[in-house]
Amino acid sequence: METLLRLLQQNATVSREDLARQLNLTVAEVNDRIAALEKDGVIRGYQAIVDRERLDQNTVTAFIEVRITPERGGGFDRIAQRIAKFDQVVSCYLISGGYDLLVVVEGTSLREVASFVSEKLSTIESVISTATLFRLKTYKENGALFTADVPEDRLVVSP
Amino acid sequence: MEDKIAAHVRDIPRSGIRDFFEIVQSMHDVISLGIGEPDFVTPWHIREAALFSLEKGRTGYTSNLGLPKLREAIANYVSRKFHVDYHAPSEVLVSVGVSEAIDIALRALLNPGDEVLYHEPCYVSYNPSVTLAHGKAVSVPVHERDNFQLRAGELAKRITPKSKILLLNFPTNPTGATMPREALEPIAELCVKHDLIVLSDEIYAELTYDGAEHVSIATLPGMRERTVFLHGLSKGWAMTGFRIGYACAPAPLIEAMMKIHQYAILCAPITTQDAAIEALEHGDAAVAHMREKYELRRNYIVSALNEMGLPCPTPRGAFYVFADIRPTGLTSRDFSLRLLEEQKVAVVPGTAFGKDGEGFVRCSYATSLEQIKIAMERMAVFVAGCPRR
Ligand SMILES: Cc1ncc(COP(=O)(O)O)c(C=O)c1O
Repeated sequence: METLLRLLQQNATVSREDLARQLNLTVAEVNDRIAALEKDGVIRGYQAIVDRERLDQNTVTAFIEVRITPERGGGFDRIAQRIAKFDQVVSCYLISGGYDLLVVVEGTSLREVASFVSEKLSTIESVISTATLFRLKTYKENGALFTADVPEDRLVVSP
Repeated sequence: MEDKIAAHVRDIPRSGIRDFFEIVQSMHDVISLGIGEPDFVTPWHIREAALFSLEKGRTGYTSNLGLPKLREAIANYVSRKFHVDYHAPSEVLVSVGVSEAIDIALRALLNPGDEVLYHEPCYVSYNPSVTLAHGKAVSVPVHERDNFQLRAGELAKRITPKSKILLLNFPTNPTGATMPREALEPIAELCVKHDLIVLSDEIYAELTYDGAEHVSIATLPGMRERTVFLHGLSKGWAMTGFRIGYACAPAPLIEAMMKIHQYAILCAPITTQDAAIEALEHGDAAVAHMREKYELRRNYIVSALNEMGLPCPTPRGAFYVFADIRPTGLTSRDFSLRLLEEQKVAVVPGTAFGKDGEGFVRCSYATSLEQIKIAMERMAVFVAGCPRR
């Protein structure tokens, strides 16, 4: 199971036939295993890794450090889930250290992200403070390097 | 000038691989399954260690035998992985690739006319290396029906009073063969009985599949004292260009090999010795990652070859499949040349690895799965068009 997941994590678009051949399984077995992983919520979705800098539109990514007052009974969960539900939020993590949540927000302009923070995030009652860090350049995302790869210069035939 | 070349050098035939290399190189858009080195770039943490070494200004010679710290790392690694213990200061020598270690081991051991047994098909350099060391190379055939494992019966038939060395290479280039303990035992017994020294080239030891554990012949009874354990970082760690290999053997033999090494080579490069320490001490995860990739590709290529009608039992080591092309009715050379011309896929004729390689071609899967896929599709078209099936 491990290997199948690893292969999908590296490239979710590989065909089921190719997966089957590599894993010495039948296509039906691969389908079953993937279906089970999806059903169990191990696989949460499939997405493309996009190099935004290559797109014309200037998408903005912000990493927002949020400090919140935990609630009696609910801890951080209720408030974190509430924040995560905003469409602008692409990732939201509870973390250790000087603040509590790391919220990743995407928008089409600085202004849009700024207003999301001031109007939506900061106004939530239990939010004590936010600090917004903007992405300037991406070097690696989800395991994919964004810098040029090493050229292929092996000998064409070797012992 | 030709008449000035030493006779034993002149008489060595041109390598079959070189011939083929030149043809392939002159063509465009070829997908090559003919490459005997990893397609992975050396793991970054190892490259980084080489950079760090340069940054610190470590640019001098090292001790002839290699950096003490590297020899320590080698002894630890060999003990941890293969369960043979060597004394780092006196029983380990760092060489410029396994290639050099084989050469100096042969030169240290052979008197003119001594015989060296080796199994064939095999790595291309064994036979000429023996000749260059003034020995007599004696090939022992291995057979497909035995999964290309060396059989004691075949070996015993070729042992003479002049036999001095047995050269072993498991997992094998070009067949991918591995030898489990049971298969090694009768070989080891023969070596003890006939007082043979074993040069064991275990350069593919990390690359075994289906959970097969690599067993070094040095661990068998009576073998440590007569074995030269040869290994290096080229394959498992994807470090071919770093040129680091090593030999572990009883001290008197290491001392003799060192005499040649110190005058011919002086020492292996310090930058890559430093990188090798990092590789051996912290490289397990990276090696495991690459090993898994090879295994998945192997599964793919074996299933595709069988499907197109080229039977091939699943090899359990290295990164080669030795495919049986006899169903096509073509010789290895014709098959390889026509596949190259008609479908632009390069494989290496089995005969490049010895005459017993006739009827087979070596397909390397040290190439991306994407390339392997296209190569298999093209090869299937070619095989389907072959006259006799
Ligand atoms: C069986 C075998 N031994 C030795 C070598 C050479 O290794 P190195 O790079 O350590 O000289 C190779 C390389 O292809 C090989 O296949």
